[in-house]
Amino acid sequence: MTKPLLSVRDLKVEFPTRRGVLTALNGVSFDIMPGEVLGMVGESGAGKSLTGASIIGLLEPPGRIAGGEILLKGERIDNISPDAMRKVRGKRIGMVFQDPLTSLNPLYTVAKQLTETIMTHLPVSASEARRRAIALLDRVGIPAAARRIDDYPHHFSGGMRQRVVIALALCAEPELVIADEPTTALDVSVQAQIIDLIKEICAERNAAVMLITHDMGVIAETADRVAVLYAGRLAEIGTVHDVITRPEHPYTQGLMGSIPTLTQESDRLISIPGSMPRLNAIPPGCAFNPRCTQTFGRCTAERPDPIARPNGRQVACWLYDEEKAHG
Amino acid sequence: MAEPLIRVENLWRKFDVSKPFLNRVIEREEKQFLTATADVSFEINRGETFALVGESGSGKSTIAKMMVGLVGISGGKISFDGRDMAGLSPKELRDLRRRFQMIFQDPFASLNPRWRVGDIIAEPMITFGMANATDARKEAERLLGVVGLSAKDAEKFPHEFSGGQRQRIAIARALSSKPEFIVCDEPTSALDVSVQAQILNLMRDLQDELGLTYLFISHDLSVVRHMANRIGVLYLGRLVEVSEAKALFKEPQHPYTRMLLEAVPDLALSGRRRKSVEGEIPNPISPPPGCSFHPRCPLVRPECKLAIPGRRPTPIGSAACIAIGETATL
Repeated sequence: MTKPLLSVRDLKVEFPTRRGVLTALNGVSFDIMPGEVLGMVGESGAGKSLTGASIIGLLEPPGRIAGGEILLKGERIDNISPDAMRKVRGKRIGMVFQDPLTSLNPLYTVAKQLTETIMTHLPVSASEARRRAIALLDRVGIPAAARRIDDYPHHFSGGMRQRVVIALALCAEPELVIADEPTTALDVSVQAQIIDLIKEICAERNAAVMLITHDMGVIAETADRVAVLYAGRLAEIGTVHDVITRPEHPYTQGLMGSIPTLTQESDRLISIPGSMPRLNAIPPGCAFNPRCTQTFGRCTAERPDPIARPNGRQVACWLYDEEKAHG
Repeated sequence: MAEPLIRVENLWRKFDVSKPFLNRVIEREEKQFLTATADVSFEINRGETFALVGESGSGKSTIAKMMVGLVGISGGKISFDGRDMAGLSPKELRDLRRRFQMIFQDPFASLNPRWRVGDIIAEPMITFGMANATDARKEAERLLGVVGLSAKDAEKFPHEFSGGQRQRIAIARALSSKPEFIVCDEPTSALDVSVQAQILNLMRDLQDELGLTYLFISHDLSVVRHMANRIGVLYLGRLVEVSEAKALFKEPQHPYTRMLLEAVPDLALSGRRRKSVEGEIPNPISPPPGCSFHPRCPLVRPECKLAIPGRRPTPIGSAACIAIGETATL
């Protein structure tokens, strides 16, 4: 069996505030295999982006990792010095953010930004870096790359800018790319192009991808496995096919029912009553229990840990606990 | 057939995006105009939901704002219940305005943070002279119940509510003047999916109960499919297709509509390889000549670059493409 590229173990992220400590991520564990695309979905505030930010060491203070560990190829990266982390970030883990306008420096040409990154992380000469940058821009589908490389970010359209950002994330040949809502700011016709590109280019380089999005459709088309987050906890993780066709956690079931699709015939959407709790008011027991239709005594008393299910799936719900089935 | 509630005829809107006068003189540049809406015509029947879809910059929101009078029109005509809105006296216009309302995209920006929710909802009733302060307050409390909040919430301020609850408040405000027609500009795009489903269901229930007519604007085709009876597809300010909603998703007529439908990521897990979409929406200040979609169109031919095609009838509505009829064989 291959070893996971990235292991997140029992990750806990806290934000100390004047009115007490908010726990934004609580006991999140998952693995990403080499070359795998892991989707991470959840509603706003569920902790998707925080998970990504914790992995690359870009948590905004006062946020801090309060527990658990993050391992990249078996080595811890959550407690290393900022200097050592800088060498991991960009080199071994690439990042694609939501807004391509803010993730590029408007004062530098694309050439400058790409060659700078390549030369920081790889031992190559300036002319070799430029040659690589052009080849990469060409690969991500920028027409006339050799000429456009000297343009500034504002010369590019939104979709083209996101292609530049992808080139930037990949230029040091990382093993893992974290893409945080890479298509949310783009129109659908461009979104499809970018998703295809991320998928193709990472498969080509055998880079794993952690794809953070709120759009289940994007996950369905792109990811191998999907993790569903709710209120800072992992609700369900499994293969995309399993989770989408047969969701097991009541939250995932509600989430799938509430997405309008292009093929369904019914008039009403299944909606989950209420909304996700705020971080300072997460109910005891299972965080989903006030909105769940299948709550029973144990749900309000004890917090469920992920329970192993067939086909590598894990579901954090007492409904799937063996003891309950027997007793 | 009954007279449609809304009739929009050859609507135009141009925005002046020129540089300041002195720059134009020094740099010897002409005035520049951005055509946000070009020659748009459609009708909305009573009790139906008409949806406008399109990518950013296609003119969806400009049309919405023109419908309620938030943006002036550069040409054409909007008639409400058979009366041309441009020819009305201020008094008549005011009476008419009571009958249409708008729900905005961002419920964090559309509610005054310093007003109590009860006052926000009561304001239209008082402005239109429909009720005195006490009755308006009572009605506001009733409306809060209608949209699924509690009467006690009237005392609270908007910041005490989540995004979905705020959108419910915005809906209650829109309902308070007892309108017949509501323009909904991306009402759920700022919300999470589970909350979006609640709001969409609420809007449908209210439509059934109160006989409302909606103009529903969205970039999300699956949401539009769920809500609309008829759909208009916009591209660079022009309506390229108007069709029955269900039929549009089965047999899109215009090549652009086909492309949009192809591009929607789907939960069906069909594993189908999407036809990849070419290019991006062009700059609306200098749209391509002829059919503005021709640089991206797979069926392009020389005639497309010469003249702007008009909308021609199709089995399910109408579409502006000279290749209509042949596209079905693709």
